[in-house]
Formats: sequence, C-alpha cells, structure tokens
Amino acid sequence: MNYPTTSTLLSWMIFTPLIGVGCIGLLLALKRLLGLGKNEMDNAARGVTLIFSAIPLILGFMLWRGFDPSNTGLQFVHHFVWIRAFNIEYFMGADGLSVTMVMLTVLISFIGVIASMPWGIAKDDDHHFSRKAVPGYMALILLLEAGMIGVFCAMDFFLFYVFWEVMLLPMYFLIGIWGGPRKEYAAIKFFLYTLAGSVLMLLAMIAIYLSSNPTTLVDGTYAAHTFNLIKLADPAIFAPAGTILGFAFSKVVFIGLFIAFAIKIPMFPFHTWLPDAHVEAPTPVSVILAGVLLKMGVYGILRINYSLLPDAAVWASTGIAIFGTINIVYAAFVCMAQKDLKKLIAYSSVSHMGFCLLGMAAFTPQGITGAVYQMFTHGIVSPALFLVAGVVYDRAHHRQIEGFGGLAKQMPEYTGIMGLAFMASLGLPGLCGFISEALCFIGAFPVFQVLTIISAISVVITAAYYLWTIQRMFLGNLNEKYAKLPDINWRERITLYPLCAIILVLGVYPMPILSLMNKTLHELIAPMASMM
Amino acid sequence: MSSVAHNVAEVSSSVVEFNYLWLIPVLPLIGAAISGTMGLRIHRRFGEKGINLVSITAPWLAFVVALIGFVTLLKAPSGTRLYDNLWVWMSVGGLKANIAFSVDALSGMMMMIITFIGSLIHIYASGYMKGDESYWRFFACLNLFMFAMLVLVLGDNLLLMFVGWEGVGLCSYLLIGFWYKDVNNAKAGMKAFVVNRVGDFGFLAGLMILFWGLGGSWTEAGYHAGGVFSVTFAELPELVALAGDKTLWGVPIFTLVGICFFVGATGKSAQIPLYVWLPDAMAGPTPVSALIHAATMVTAGVYMIARMNFMYIHSPLAMTIIALVGACTALFAATIGCVQYDIKKVLAYSTVSQLGYMFIGVGVGAYWCGAYHLLTHAFFKACLFLGSGSVILAMHHEQDMRKMGGLGKHMPLTRWTYFISCIAIAGFPIASGFYSKDEILWKAFNSKALLIPGWVPWAMGFVAAGLTSFYMWRSYFMTFTGPAPKVHAHHGDAHDDAHASDEHSGHGHDEGEYPKEQPFSMTGVLAVLAIGAVAVSFIGLPYLWTHQESIIEKFLHPVFKAADHLPTVYHHGEGHGVEWLLMICSVTVATLGLGIAWVFYRGRTSQIPDKLKNMFSGLHRVVHNKYYVDEAYHATAVKGFLGTAFSSSWFDQKILDGIVNGLGHVTKYIAYIDGFIDTYLVDGIVNLVGLVARSLGGMIRKLQTGQLSTYLTGMVVSILLIVVITGLFFN
Repeated sequence: MNYPTTSTLLSWMIFTPLIGVGCIGLLLALKRLLGLGKNEMDNAARGVTLIFSAIPLILGFMLWRGFDPSNTGLQFVHHFVWIRAFNIEYFMGADGLSVTMVMLTVLISFIGVIASMPWGIAKDDDHHFSRKAVPGYMALILLLEAGMIGVFCAMDFFLFYVFWEVMLLPMYFLIGIWGGPRKEYAAIKFFLYTLAGSVLMLLAMIAIYLSSNPTTLVDGTYAAHTFNLIKLADPAIFAPAGTILGFAFSKVVFIGLFIAFAIKIPMFPFHTWLPDAHVEAPTPVSVILAGVLLKMGVYGILRINYSLLPDAAVWASTGIAIFGTINIVYAAFVCMAQKDLKKLIAYSSVSHMGFCLLGMAAFTPQGITGAVYQMFTHGIVSPALFLVAGVVYDRAHHRQIEGFGGLAKQMPEYTGIMGLAFMASLGLPGLCGFISEALCFIGAFPVFQVLTIISAISVVITAAYYLWTIQRMFLGNLNEKYAKLPDINWRERITLYPLCAIILVLGVYPMPILSLMNKTLHELIAPMASMM
Repeated sequence: MSSVAHNVAEVSSSVVEFNYLWLIPVLPLIGAAISGTMGLRIHRRFGEKGINLVSITAPWLAFVVALIGFVTLLKAPSGTRLYDNLWVWMSVGGLKANIAFSVDALSGMMMMIITFIGSLIHIYASGYMKGDESYWRFFACLNLFMFAMLVLVLGDNLLLMFVGWEGVGLCSYLLIGFWYKDVNNAKAGMKAFVVNRVGDFGFLAGLMILFWGLGGSWTEAGYHAGGVFSVTFAELPELVALAGDKTLWGVPIFTLVGICFFVGATGKSAQIPLYVWLPDAMAGPTPVSALIHAATMVTAGVYMIARMNFMYIHSPLAMTIIALVGACTALFAATIGCVQYDIKKVLAYSTVSQLGYMFIGVGVGAYWCGAYHLLTHAFFKACLFLGSGSVILAMHHEQDMRKMGGLGKHMPLTRWTYFISCIAIAGFPIASGFYSKDEILWKAFNSKALLIPGWVPWAMGFVAAGLTSFYMWRSYFMTFTGPAPKVHAHHGDAHDDAHASDEHSGHGHDEGEYPKEQPFSMTGVLAVLAIGAVAVSFIGLPYLWTHQESIIEKFLHPVFKAADHLPTVYHHGEGHGVEWLLMICSVTVATLGLGIAWVFYRGRTSQIPDKLKNMFSGLHRVVHNKYYVDEAYHATAVKGFLGTAFSSSWFDQKILDGIVNGLGHVTKYIAYIDGFIDTYLVDGIVNLVGLVARSLGGMIRKLQTGQLSTYLTGMVVSILLIVVITGLFFN
C-alpha cells in the first residue's frame, strides 16, 4: 500500500515539544533583553515545558479517539519524500502498536515533567536536580519526548534511525549532568552500550536497503531501493536471500538488529547499563527511561525484525524465549540481593521486560498481546515505582533499603501507594500487571512449556523481594532518624495518583488497550504463526 | 459480551439472571475504599462509631443481598444458577474471560457462610479492636478481605477466581502483619504471602496447562493453538469431558492440572508441605484468625477442588494424592496440636488438621461431605477462635494456656460456647462436627476410586479424630477449669494457687482482679455461632439414620453430579452394619480423647502430663517444635533461595559488569599504544610519508567511487572511531 498523507496529527505531536525547545532557546537568547533573572528564567523554562508537554498529551487523546482499531492498516499517515537522493521519505503513521506506545509516551513524559518541578522540594536543597541548569534540562526533556514519539511513529527506516539517535543524546546529557555521584560513569556506559547497538542497527539498515528491490516513492517516482518499512515488509520488494560471510543473510541481519534492540530492552547479558543508569539518573529521567525507553527495544523487534524478517524470527524464536526466561528468573534473583531501592527496581524492570520476550516469541495471539500489554503496564507501573523511590530519596537523601524501618507509621499514604505499586509489579490479580503476565504465560505455554513453567517461578521470587523490601523499609520499629519525614506532597500526588488510577482501572477493564492493538498484533504474527 | 452470556445460556438451560449479584462483593469493597482512603479522618472526627457505620454496615448489606439471592436460588428448580455478567474482562484471540458472577448451590453456600459469619465477626471485631489506633485500617482490610473472598467464590471463571484467590492472600498478609511495629508479625505476614505464592505458582501452572489442553485443537499431527479457550465454570465440564485422554510429558493433562491446582490448594488451605505459614499467621488479631484463618480463606482450596470436581473424577492419581495429603495433614497437625501451650496455636493446628479432613472428603470424591465439613467447621472453629479471643482479651493478651485456668466461672458465656464447639469438633453426635466428619470418614472407607484402599485415609483420619478430641478438651480444661489466675498479678501467685479450689480463689488477693466476661457485642456473636454449630447438624443427618439423602447432600447434588458414578466398596443401601460399627468406633475414640483429657487436665491438678513429658522428653521436644519443619525449610529452601540470589547478584556485578568494564579498559590501553605509535613512529616517518604522498594520492582517488555503500562503510568506521574516542576521553 502506498499510504498518502491523511493527517498531520502525528507530526504535530512530534514537533510540538521541539517548538518548546525553540521557545526555551529564544528565551535564553533574549534573557538579557528581557531582563530575566535566574529564577524567572528557570520558571519560564518550566512553564514552557509544562505547556509543550501537555499539548502532545491532549493530541494523544485525540489520536486515541480518532483511531479505528478495526482497521489494521496505518492511520494518521503523514508521508512525503524527504531526501530524494537516497529515497528517504518522511513517513509517519500509526497502527495499534504505535498508538499504544505513543499514548504511553505522552503520558509518561508529562508525568516526568511534573516530577521535574521543584514544588515541595526543601528550599535549602540547592543541589536538587530540579534547581540545576533548568533551561537546559527542560529543553533536553522536550527533545527526548520528540525523539520518543518519532521512533514510535516513523515508518521509514532511516527516519526511525534518526529519531532513535535523537533520543539517545538527551538521555546521555540528562544522566551525565543532572545525575547522582557516579553520573559520568553511568552516562558513558549508557551511551556506549546504546551506540554499539546503533552501529549494528545502522549496518543492518544499510544491508536491508541495498538488498531491496526497485519500487516507487510516495509521489510515484522510481526508487531503486527503499527505506519504507511498510514496503520492505512486502516479500515482493524485500525478500532476504543470499549469504553474508557464509551465513544466511536474513539470520545475520536479524541478529544484528536483535542485539541492537536487545540492548535497549535490556536483555541478558546486555543489561548491565540499566542499573547504573537508573541509580544515577534523577527521578524523572528514570521514570522516562523505564517507562518509555525500554519499550523501544521490544517495539523495534516487533516493527522491524518481525515484519521484515519473519523466517528468521521463527528461526530465532526459541532463543528469544530462552533469553526471556533468563531475564525473568535471573533478574528476579538479582533483585533479591539488592540493597539500593532504585537498583532493585531497575533489576525488576529487567525481569519484567523478560515477559515481553517470552510472550512475543510464541507467535500466539495471547502471547503477542500479552507482551505488548506488558510493555504498557510496565510503562505505567515502573514509573510509579521510580517515583516512589524518588519520594524517599528527596527526603532522606539515600535509598539504602536497610537504612529505613517502620516508615508506615510516619508516612501512611506513601506506604499505601508504594504497596499498590509493588503489588501491581508483582502481578497481583486485579491490577494491570497480572493481565499482561497471565496473557504472556497462557500465550507462551503452548509453544514453550518448560520455559513458561520456569518463568512462572518468578511469581514467588518477585513476591519475596518486594515483601522483603516492604518489611525492611516500612514495618518494624520506626528508625528515629526519620521520625520527622513528611508524607507525600501535592506534586508527588499529581504524579502518582493518575498512575495508581490507571493501574487499578486497567486491571479490571483492560479492553480499551487490548482492543486497540489486538488486530494489528495478530496480523503482525500471522506470517510467523503459519510457519511454526 | 452478550454472545458469551448467550453461550452460557445454551450450555445450561437453568440460568437465572440476577442483576444484583455484583453488589455482594462490591458493597464490602466500597466499605474498604471509604475506610481505606478516608478512614483516618473519619476515625479522628467521629471516632470508632464512624468506622463501624461504614465498615460493619457494608458486609451486612452484602449479607442481605446474598440472602435475597440465596432465597431466589432455593425457590428455583434444583440445578439453577444465578448469573450476572458485568463486562468483558479480556478478549484476546480465542481467550475470553468476563467479569461475571454466578451462584450455584456450592457458591451459594459459600456466599452465605462468608457474608453471615464474616459480618458477625465484624461485629465481634468492633469490640475486640476497641481502642486500637489503627482501628480504621483494620476494618478497611477486613472489608477488602470480604470483597476478595466473595470474588473467589462468586467468580464465574477460573481467572476471576484467581483474582479472589490472590486477593485473599493479600488481605491475609495485611492483617497478619497488622501490628507491624513488632517485626515478627511483619515477618509472619510475609511468610504467609510468600508460601501462598508458592501455591499460586502451582495454580498458575495448572491454569496454563488447562487452557492449553482445552484451548487448542488436537489432530493426528499434534497440537494446534487456536480455538476457543473457555474458562467459565459452566462450560468447563463439557470441555473437560470432550478433552479425553490428552497427555503432556506422558502424564494425562487432567492429572497434571489436578496436581498443580492441588499445589495451589496446599498453599491456601495450609496442607503438607505448605502448611507452615498458618500457625505463624496467628500473629494477627484474633478476629482475623477466626474469619480468615479458620472459617473462610483457608477453605478456598477445598472449595476450588470441589468446584473442579468434574475434572478430578477423571484422575484417580490426583484424587489419591489429595486424599493422602489430607489424611497425613490431619494426623500430623493433630499430633502437634496435642503439645502446644499457646491457645491460638492449638486452634491453628486444629484448623490445619480439620482442613485435612475436608481434603480427605474431596479427595475420595465425597465432595458434598467436604463442603459440609467446611460449613460446620466454619461455625465451630470461628466460635472457638472468637472464644479464645475473648479469653485472650480477658487475660490482657496472654495466650499461654499454662497461665490460664478457671476462667469458666468468670466468663460463663465464653465457656459454654467454647464447650459446645468442643463437642462439635471432637465428634460427639449432638453437634455438627460429628455428622460431617463421620460422613467423610465413612465415604473414605467406602471409596474404591483411589489407587489405594479407602481404609488407609480412614484409619489416619480415625486416629486424628481421637487426637482432636484429646487436644480440644485439653485446651478446654486448661483454660476454663481449675483455679483462676488474676490478671496483673504476678504469674508466680497464680501458680502457687494451684491447689486452691475455685471457691477459695475468689478471696484473699488484693492485687489484680479476675478476668471479666466480654461485652455483649462479642459474647453475643459467640452465642450465635455456637447455636449455629449445633443447628447445622440437622441439614446433614446421615442416611443411616433417616434413610433419605440429607438436606445438604440433596442441595449440593447438582454441582457434584459428575461424581455420582465413582466406584465404592458397598453400593447404595448396603454396608449399614459396617457403617454403624465405624460410627460407634468414632464416638468411642472421641470419648477416649475426652476421658484422657479429663484425667490429665481437668481441674489442673493431675501430675500425669508433666510426668509423661519428662518420660518422653525427646519425643515431646520434637513434636512441640513442630518436628523442626520450619528449621528444615529454612536450612534448605530459604537458604538455597537466598544463596541463588546473592550468587546471581555477584555474577552480575563481578563477571558481567567486569567484562564490560574490562572491554573499556582494553580499548583505553589500545588507544595508549596507538598514541605511542603516533607520537614516536608516525612522526618519525612523516617525511617518508611526504615522499610517498604522491603515489598514495593516486590510491586514495580510487576510494572515491561515488558509490553509496562505500561511503556508508566509511561512516560506520567513523562512528566506531567516535565510540572509541568518547570512551577514551570520558571514561
């Protein structure tokens, strides 16, 4: 299909944050002229960011309302030739998978922006990240949001790659400048890991481009090769054949792309950047990192590996499931041994992203829907977890689990919210995490019986590490050092309550999200399912 | 949504839409939500009355709705189900699950037990928890528990049942650790939840296998995913019957599913090997022990197996395992119960033991007997627990029976209700426990459906019955007879008084006062439960006496129709002589237990127990320490678990991350060497370069091929260089 432009909504969603970046730049440039002091400048940047991250959220709701889930093709397409010399197109579009992820992105970004405000942070806490180089921070957050939405909507491989890189740099600086004590190490590690992935992706992209057959661009002109992902999914235009260094072309390219994405998921053994990045990153950056960035790995595999290289996907499926199982069980065990709350949550993310791998490897409707729903629910639950970790860090200036005790007495509301987030994360039925995990299990079992049963052991481990954490932090006698800690404030409520509400609602009424993506996903796995 | 309801209607013609069914679980949920979110403010503003208004009214309203539903069910022809479909919960591919509630005879009975006894216990708790600073939190959790438990029994499909299944586990966790400032209570709660999760793992595995077994199509070539996965209890029997003899790993799937589900049941219903959490769960407030850890939640496993009866009858192996584990647990826990001194621990082991009986019942295919014992046990065990709570309050939170005694005189109502319940549990034919337990034992004896002879579980249950009678009367005599201690008095005084009679002990002590009877809000509940414990006898009078099906058997029969044709030793109407004989044996052994307890403990004067204890001190120590099972678990499972955790973490930090950091260092050193070469060698031969520059120029020209691929390769190499350089400068 050729997909002419039908709507510019997605482009507006991507470029609104960039306009915000421009506004902040303009304010900085005119700072002298307008006579803005540091405080005024900071507040202006914050205001701009709030507005320009709220607009995509509103546009996101419009997208959701306008999206027709019964149509499996792309919707809201914005399509024109961008760089004619290399047949690169500007091609934006949304299917069920994209819409789900875009909704998550705009929501989590907005919550991240609110969490970046210094409201309720002690006045004397000058070193708090929310008071440091504010305009730069805000501009980077907006740039990051633009990059993330772009990745989820780009239907041209080259454009996808551009957005992928656009999103990488702000993250590097956000961790490297506003992070904790070991921020440089964490930022470099993040950067190198992800860049290594990008290189592999770049190589694979070029290989795919060069082996594609002639086709036409959106305006009808001839193109010898194409980056158009929709066209590349068509076997008439891109049918991987031949070999690279004696190995089947499709398998080599699949592995290259898979590693590139697996680093982002992150998949064992490429996950060690994540705990460091999370521990050092400021709370809102952790929120966005866990909530959205980790989803790009799985998204990329589904969007590119699965649709372009179905035969290699079938070939690799057992491997994916094995790595998923390792992720689930191994990371859960590692969680058990953590002393730093944020590190624990980071490893729990590794564990939970394993469910996506397991579910999507089976090519069953329940498995794939479970995997993507797991992305969504994890995108809701893990930000909530990082926010609650941030609450206690802002107050006590450390996150050592053993260093607390008996906080339930002092901070009852906080304890309740943390309990809810923990329960959602450990997959308590009735909350959203259960549905995705159950779907992954039910979907994966017909194909990978033993692996699924092994993965299910994680329900015990997960419960153990979360409850142990609750016991050490919240129960027992109150640690006298923290006898005066205030309960959560309004800024934290604004960020946490919506997430808690979503956790509850999506646990008993997940159909709005499930029906959004069911058709798209089942179409996506149909070629693989027929090969199994 | 409507299509599923339509399907259900086709499967069973006798479905009655009852559109208020959702109110039954939701009313307590509303109570929990109000108390949970605004409880602190209500408590401060209106005191405990405000909380009572919300949280005690809610379950009673649920009871009223449940009663209306139950009457509707009774009026309808036998085999009818009430059904209330709310919305589609998840619909993915062939898998469909609705948020829907249904009530048949079994869930109707459960619903009445939960709402009635649960609401009574709410009233009792308002007295028991008086003055607690977290009064609101207690009732929020208790209401939430009612919600979860009702979802468990009313849920129309296995997935919804699982919501309740884990929900009750969560509430149990919250309530066991209710007094969380003592970290041991918190640990007991955690233990309960984690052990339950081990069971839940079994449940989940069973669910996966069941869906897989029923959901796909099976052909000569093998299994194909797809088709419709049905999870509703209305449709499952038919699907199970159709599924036939599929196997997984060489095991028939229904055996596998049955065993997996039973693992779940051993967690929730505290059976060997996962019973260890229940005795520790006594750390929670006593109304919690009565409601959750005696009357309702712990029976969920029995309920679930009775619910899945149509599947279990296909698997003699699973049935045998259930019956044997039940019998072993009944006996094993009874022995421990005989030597405990903490009154709540005695009752806890008694609960474990009685649950074992229920599992014998559902294991041998006598599902209605298991369910009936569940009902009678709910009354008498709740009464016993609440009675113990009354005693504990009167003794100012002293739970050691050795420090009690003679309370009968001061707490008459507590005493007599406890007495009646003891009769019921010990198995005397004037109260309910006899009828249910004896029917189970007879059905076990008579069963030929197991892989082992039916007399094996019977014999174990029989011995356990004697022990039950002994330890229950022991607790009764130790608590209510003999000289009464004074609370606040030094414990030594109470012991010095050991020879004084009840009459004398009332005089001559100035310090302290005698324990007092509790207010009517608590004793009234005890009375209702004790009456109930006697009254429910009448619905289960044995066939042997009346020569007709008992009311409860007839009522539950439509649910357990599938079990009609299980093989028995004696056919219907035969073997009366044997049955009479066994019945007489049961009463005799119960009397024996009573007699020994009477001799040993009545009046607290006998020295025999102490002498016996000294004689068999080794054995006593082992049994008193619960056969060191907790210690064994700690040394193996817990240690192994933590060991794996810490070694995984070590591997992650030292090995995996070590490799990453090592790669970084290697890159750095290569860069140093590069730099060295650059400075000393390259510069030295730079003039040489000048000489060959002209010839090189010709070569480089060839690189400018004008082909994109060459340029892109160059770009990749450049990016790789950038990676190395950034690593060099920033690391």
